[in-house]
Amino acid sequence: MDLSVVILIEVLYAIASLALISAGLAVVFGMMKVINLAHGEFMVLGGYATITAVGLGVNIFIAMLIIAPIVVGLFGLVVERLVFRHLYGRMIDTMLASWGLSLMMIGGFKMIFGNTTTGVAGPIPGFSVGNYQVNGYNLFVIVVSVLLLVAMVAVLRGTRFGLVARGTMQRSDMAAAMGHSPDRVYMTTFALGSALAGLAGGVMAPLVGLVPTAGAAFIAKAFITVIAGGPVLVAGLASAAGTFGLVNQVFSFLVSPVVGDVALLVAAVVLLRLIPRGITSRFFRGRI
Amino acid sequence: MTLNRRRFLATSAAATGALALPTMALGQSGPIRMGSVLDVSGIFSAYGEPMDMAQRLAVAEINADGGLLGREVEIVGFDTQSDMALYTQFAQRLVRQERVDVVQGGILSASREAIRQTLRRAETLYFYNVQYEGGVCDRNVFINGVTPAQQAEVLVPWAMSQSGPRVYILAADYNYGQITARWLQKYVGDNGGETVGVDFFPLDVADFGSTIARIQTVSPDLVIAPLVGGAHLSFFRQWAASGMNERIPLASTTMGVGNEHRVLTPEEGNGIMVAYNYAQELDTPANNAFKEAWAAAYGDTSLIHEIAVSHYMGVKLWAEGVRQAGTTERMPVIEALEDNLSIEGPSGVMTIDPQTHHATLDVHLMRFENQEMALVESLSQRPPVDTQAVCDLIANPDENTQFEIEI
Repeated sequence: MDLSVVILIEVLYAIASLALISAGLAVVFGMMKVINLAHGEFMVLGGYATITAVGLGVNIFIAMLIIAPIVVGLFGLVVERLVFRHLYGRMIDTMLASWGLSLMMIGGFKMIFGNTTTGVAGPIPGFSVGNYQVNGYNLFVIVVSVLLLVAMVAVLRGTRFGLVARGTMQRSDMAAAMGHSPDRVYMTTFALGSALAGLAGGVMAPLVGLVPTAGAAFIAKAFITVIAGGPVLVAGLASAAGTFGLVNQVFSFLVSPVVGDVALLVAAVVLLRLIPRGITSRFFRGRI
Repeated sequence: MTLNRRRFLATSAAATGALALPTMALGQSGPIRMGSVLDVSGIFSAYGEPMDMAQRLAVAEINADGGLLGREVEIVGFDTQSDMALYTQFAQRLVRQERVDVVQGGILSASREAIRQTLRRAETLYFYNVQYEGGVCDRNVFINGVTPAQQAEVLVPWAMSQSGPRVYILAADYNYGQITARWLQKYVGDNGGETVGVDFFPLDVADFGSTIARIQTVSPDLVIAPLVGGAHLSFFRQWAASGMNERIPLASTTMGVGNEHRVLTPEEGNGIMVAYNYAQELDTPANNAFKEAWAAAYGDTSLIHEIAVSHYMGVKLWAEGVRQAGTTERMPVIEALEDNLSIEGPSGVMTIDPQTHHATLDVHLMRFENQEMALVESLSQRPPVDTQAVCDLIANPDENTQFEIEI
């Protein structure tokens, strides 16, 4: 009984962390069709922002939930103005540009933070479930992730900005004809997507030893999740993260973490073979 | 005069010889050239940079003492940028163009194996000075790093006496981790314990949640973790975050080699048991003098770690070999080193074992306390028994393999 609770928490945590690291990419790639290969580095930037802020004496929750998204969001804003706005609609070019950006960012991290492992300690103590100890931080990640998905639905569905953004992504000419500047909308959406990546990086920082090249570990999983999720933003994110997180953890627990990762990739291949355009091209159509 | 081919060859050969003569003569009186290949930049720079500082310090000290055989020692160093392909390239260059008298360096086992054959073929003496998985048997190579048996033989019984007989092993999934895990299992069995689980992790695994749950299902008395690199550091974080550090003691053969214990917070690191040849906290006259010299040269001593000191000792061992041999030529130096050559340095006395070209050295049992290594017990002069079991260079001087030690 205790064990099943522990495993349930681990599965939920895996799903939550996949959703969290993919949320920013879902906005930038899923909505805006910008193949942002620097997504992993955006997350690492969020991680460094958190660690630096904590080092300066800021409360760790403020550092990862507020400072990290703001820093990365502003960085995304600058990069969008300088690079990506010239490349909308040219998918392959955005890929090349963002790859270059990711290399530059890795170099920058090395120069500023040094080519070593840094980190902060998790702020939440472990607790016990019967005879088992559970990482208390896992529950925090689950809560953050759920709140994030709820907030994304609320913004996209409940606010005027969400409506305009969705409309602009579908038909920017029509949005422009209705008096909304697509340039503005793209800029804001990209910055928000970057901020989500920053949030993910900040929240993951206490769990990993952060190195300048850590982004590579996140990027593949994030792309797989977003692509397998398909065209519907939040439902796609949740369903793909749910599928892969469950498969990954069940196999990790039964065999080993390596087999868990293999199972995740096999599941992705099978899924995309059966539903090439992603889960939400068949289920949850027309939702958000 | 007709210039046929034979005459052309003869004269040009003579001319080349004449041109080469002064440079050869100069080579004998100019500086002694010590080649080095180290990852001073890239992902392994946390290991390589202090090693580079250590070798510059060692050479500066040698030169301050009047050099070797009355000649200066000069470092011909290349930064291999944590790229295995560059090792072969720079090793070729060191032996072909630079014609160095010795090569020191290499960090990962992969880098050592990338250049070992090149240096052997070119008859250039090679020193590899890093803790590794054991088993290299090659008369051209001297290795002074700690091998698994030297560590595990003392770490396992001590750690088990502090906890209990049921042991769970978590190791990095490449040759070092695989071989070390086998040694750990052997010593757990020898000391009347039982290995209740072994898991291997590729170097990029950073999420250990399911593993920590799995460990709890078998509830061992002790976890030993030869994990390697930045991603694996997450294990120690997540272990502490789930409160397991209060429940099951932890030991490691790698944690702290690159000063990782300074990255973990005191709460995360406290209590982890390790066994190394060197720690900054060793309070010996030689170590204090070494730290003072380091501080005078570089200011900050916080970068010093075990591998850097090993490398420093490697340079000093070679220098002593040259002094004893009275020449920099390879075979006399090898023979001088094989004569149980021994030096004392910051990590204590280090003696060459002629049978394996490995080192007999001190091993210290330590426990992390507030980001420092607190000395528990020192065991002096441990021989490399693992490599001795398979390698005998006295009987087979032409041996040229890395044995995978069967246990």
